Amino acid sequence: MTVAVDICHRLGNFTLDAQFEATDGLVALLGRSGSGKTSIINTIAGLINPDRGRVRIDDVVLIDTVREIFVPSHRRRIGYVFQEGRLFPHPTGRQNLLYGRWFAPREAGTDFDGVVDLLGIGALLDRRPGRLSGGEKQRVAIGRALLAKPRLLLMDEPLASLDEARKAEILPYIERLREQTRVPIIYVSHSIAEVARLASTVVLVSDGKVAAVGPTAQIMHRLDLFPLTGRAEAGALIEATVERHDEQFGLTELRSHAGLWRLPRLDVPIGVRLRLRVRARDVMIARSAPSDLSALNVLSGRVSDIGSRHGAIVEVRLDCAGDVLIARLTRYSVQRLGLSQGTPVFALIKSVALDRRSLSGPIRGMSGADAAADEV
Amino acid sequence: MDWISLSPEEWTAVRLSIRVAVVATLVGLPFGLLVALALARGRFWGHSLLNGFVLLPLILPPVVTGYILLILFGKRGPIGSFLAEHFGIVFSFRWTGAALACGVMGFPLMVRALRLSIEAVDARLEEAAGTLGANRAWVFLTVTLPLILPGIITGMILCFAKAMGEFGATITFVSNIPGETQTLPSAIYTFTQVPGGDAGALRLTMVSVAIAMLALLASELMARYANRRLEIE
Repeated sequence: MTVAVDICHRLGNFTLDAQFEATDGLVALLGRSGSGKTSIINTIAGLINPDRGRVRIDDVVLIDTVREIFVPSHRRRIGYVFQEGRLFPHPTGRQNLLYGRWFAPREAGTDFDGVVDLLGIGALLDRRPGRLSGGEKQRVAIGRALLAKPRLLLMDEPLASLDEARKAEILPYIERLREQTRVPIIYVSHSIAEVARLASTVVLVSDGKVAAVGPTAQIMHRLDLFPLTGRAEAGALIEATVERHDEQFGLTELRSHAGLWRLPRLDVPIGVRLRLRVRARDVMIARSAPSDLSALNVLSGRVSDIGSRHGAIVEVRLDCAGDVLIARLTRYSVQRLGLSQGTPVFALIKSVALDRRSLSGPIRGMSGADAAADEV
Repeated sequence: MDWISLSPEEWTAVRLSIRVAVVATLVGLPFGLLVALALARGRFWGHSLLNGFVLLPLILPPVVTGYILLILFGKRGPIGSFLAEHFGIVFSFRWTGAALACGVMGFPLMVRALRLSIEAVDARLEEAAGTLGANRAWVFLTVTLPLILPGIITGMILCFAKAMGEFGATITFVSNIPGETQTLPSAIYTFTQVPGGDAGALRLTMVSVAIAMLALLASELMARYANRRLEIE
């Protein structure tokens, strides 16, 4: 499936001018608040009629201002999970879930029990939305959108109005959604951690325009995009396989191209592939192999790129046997270590610094409570 | 206790009043909904004009409203003669005329209550229903209507109460004919104009109070039920 968007729209003195194509999987629209992400998906959903442009899903044209086509939102079959849930307050959870079923095609597809199971909302069916927590509401809202049998699911910062513990509660459900349903998802977010964990493709939006499109890791590893993706949270993505659990010290060992990683014990079976996110600010650089060091993860590699040298802080990209790592250093350190393209270095990462919240993959056993405890 | 029991004529006035008020409220409701929707949601030329026109009976002296009705809906009036000719609906000196006068007087109150509740509806919920596949008519029936139910109840009660008490416009438009257009207020007024009518006036006054109390109680119960269903966090 391909969603092709090419739209121009003025909202006050903000101009949206976005072109991109997104294919299967979970596509994240990443950008700061006010960058126009929500306006883009509102246009796809049919809630905004753009000044000019086209929107199409495969061969179905939803908007074409030249041919004067505008399919109204109720005939688009595009599910929408809003930031605030927007459950109907008067009916129960079950009635909310079934609302879209009246209008959905009757062919076999998403079934009620399957969706209830997937989202773990069996206990909430007979309650009215007023009696649901924020996280529960969002899960019901996701189920409601799914049961309308959409050909595309839009999610507008579904976690933004929730606290950290609730976010950790819902993220695994969104991962399951991505893995188990065939529905492609466009996911709006300003959080790099969420996008790193969920997205297969990233559309980077800035000031109403698409700044870059590409596979998640590729976008995250581009130093020149850091001003847009958010420098403080920037980091690299590493694919690693769980190799061994060290019960004595409560550690889990993973292996990636770069070498061996040790993390505090993860509740994941051996052999599972995970995506690790290593924040640039957690990576130290040494020119020679350090000894007598507390950091457990020491990986050798070469400098492959050095970011803009204006200001006090410089990002350095490393190539560690095929894995990318990014380190955030002071310009002074870069100079002192004499780093330039190709310099052999060692990257040091404290095990406890690894961002467990954005670990992605089949981490089934991790309950919301565990994840919340990690935050402390 | 004899003085408490109502005479047949008095019963007629009570029944007529209730019938007039019920008909005025029920017939007025769909029109009220349409006008309230137009005022709350519509962006069109003449918006303020419509608003002013609807509110007019609230501000005009009731006698003036009654007289305007007489001119427009009387036997020779432009609207009255048209309706009588094509639909056989006659207003002048009939209970239907009383219902029309009461409905017109209660209309602004009903529209006001409906409009406020429509404006309070979160349009984002209607958008959400649209993305789930509901067209505008379904969205109105399944989302908007249940959400404005408390407002509908309030509007109907206000209109009913106004219709029960309406006097000036009714008596000007359809006069005070026992059994046909003599509603409770006109009957009470008639009693006060004849010697020895005090007891009758008092009896009907108590009936009025009782009906008003019942209507209020009923509205309270219904509003509580409707609100319990809404129970927004």
